[in-house]
Amino acid sequence: MDLTFVYLALILVLAIYLGFELISKVPATLHTPLMSGANAISGITIVGALLASGGSETTTLATWLGAAAVVLATINVVGGYLVTDRMLGMFRSRTEKTDE
Amino acid sequence: MLNLVAINAAYIVAAGLFIFGLKMLGHPESARRGNFLSAVGMLIAIVVTLLSEGILTWYWIAVCAVIGSVIGASAARLVAMTSMPEMVAVFNGFGGAASLLVAWAALFDSYGLFVAITVTLSVIIGGVTFAGSVIAWGKLSEVMTSRAIVFNGQRIVNTLLLLALLACAVMFCLEPSAQSPYLYGVIGLALILGIFVVIPIGGADMPVVISLLNSYSGLAACAAGFAINNIILIVAGSLVGAAGIILTNIMCKAMNRSLGNVLFSGFGAVKTAMKVEGEVKPISAGDAYLILEAANSVTFVPGYGMAVAQAQHVVCELGELLEAHGAEVSYAIHPVAGRMPGHMNVLLAEANVSYDQLVEMDDINPRLPSIDVAVVIGANDVVNPSARDDEGSPIYGMPIINVDDAKTVFVLKRSMASGFAGVDNPLFMGPNTRMLFGDAKASISEIISEFKP
Repeated sequence: MDLTFVYLALILVLAIYLGFELISKVPATLHTPLMSGANAISGITIVGALLASGGSETTTLATWLGAAAVVLATINVVGGYLVTDRMLGMFRSRTEKTDE
Repeated sequence: MLNLVAINAAYIVAAGLFIFGLKMLGHPESARRGNFLSAVGMLIAIVVTLLSEGILTWYWIAVCAVIGSVIGASAARLVAMTSMPEMVAVFNGFGGAASLLVAWAALFDSYGLFVAITVTLSVIIGGVTFAGSVIAWGKLSEVMTSRAIVFNGQRIVNTLLLLALLACAVMFCLEPSAQSPYLYGVIGLALILGIFVVIPIGGADMPVVISLLNSYSGLAACAAGFAINNIILIVAGSLVGAAGIILTNIMCKAMNRSLGNVLFSGFGAVKTAMKVEGEVKPISAGDAYLILEAANSVTFVPGYGMAVAQAQHVVCELGELLEAHGAEVSYAIHPVAGRMPGHMNVLLAEANVSYDQLVEMDDINPRLPSIDVAVVIGANDVVNPSARDDEGSPIYGMPIINVDDAKTVFVLKRSMASGFAGVDNPLFMGPNTRMLFGDAKASISEIISEFKP
């Protein structure tokens, strides 16, 4: 183990702190889109899935695991962002409503 | 081919976009742009990864990404807003499962003890998230019973499962290999544990479970990030992990229960509450119309029953008619109303209620004494005065919307059954309460027809 771990741990702590700060200010009205938007972000694991499925010239078990992960993570990312957008499109203020 | 510095620089940009995106999700006006920024961040992360030296073949990636995109996009387009909770549950589960697979695949490279430990963590969290989410989906979509499933010795079984899981995890870390039988043991036990953790949780506690699973899906990605030494997974994963924990905490507070209490105790077992006695005063839709027509201020208090009856559109229509009659209309929403955080808000937004009419519990309570009519639609425990007045009640201490303070309360209800917690509700016998029995959608439609001569 070298200093890399220390850097990664530092990043972890800062990101968790930032997450707490950002989310505690979100009003209850937006909790569902917040949750599905955050859920789409957790699909970031797609980056790892891409590296696993495209990482070798020969098809190995790792390729299969990665490929399955790409399918699942893509569903999570694409579906998550689109459904959040669809929901947020419904939230309108009174002025926006009367403009229609 | 991009080098490592360029890739990590792009990852930092992506992380920044996630952070700004989440910040902008905090206000209805900027939320949609925030979600878009966050999606751009994701796109950047994906594109630079595809251009990195680590990618040697594109074939499987292209095939799988197309399959995933088609499934994800059609699910997102087709899902009904009432089904959002189970949709989010399923997506959480897929995220968890993907992280599990990514960590597993990392074992095919060379690695040391540290990676073995992070792989184990990722597999455990990912497995619990996946199996737990599948059960949560089953309960929410009523494929299986949404009641709490409890049996004798449940805690002992769960403890044994956890111990076996830890034992397998330690054995695997001592001699890590992708083909280790202990790895299969860890995966299997994590899945079983995920099932057992969620089955004893009843329908009304689902907001807590979904928030927690959301948090886990982030933490699983974060652990996978440590396993493959990737910064963007760690940052994005921990942001989501933190977001989920905050929501979980808000949900628990809104029920005045600790997380441990929600997860480990079958609810409603204690039955020492006061027996509620009194007379229920029913009202007809016609009489309800006369009172509503004369009211200057009306508050609707929706609960899960509104979603079940699909009554949100008629509720909004009635709200607009009342406004046209000069009444001030608001919608008071308890934090745990529905099956996921913010569930009612989304349904009402879909029915075209503007977000400045959606009022949180703490803001409506001081205003209720001056409100003429409070209309309770399919909500029960969140408006039960026992939570405030009766120390023996299982829900004592839970913050509620004090509808009994309003001058008149209408309760729309199918029949006189008690709420999820199995607690009697003295509100129904209150001196200013009138019960409007029947299907919520039909009852409201009847009132609306009175407005239209």
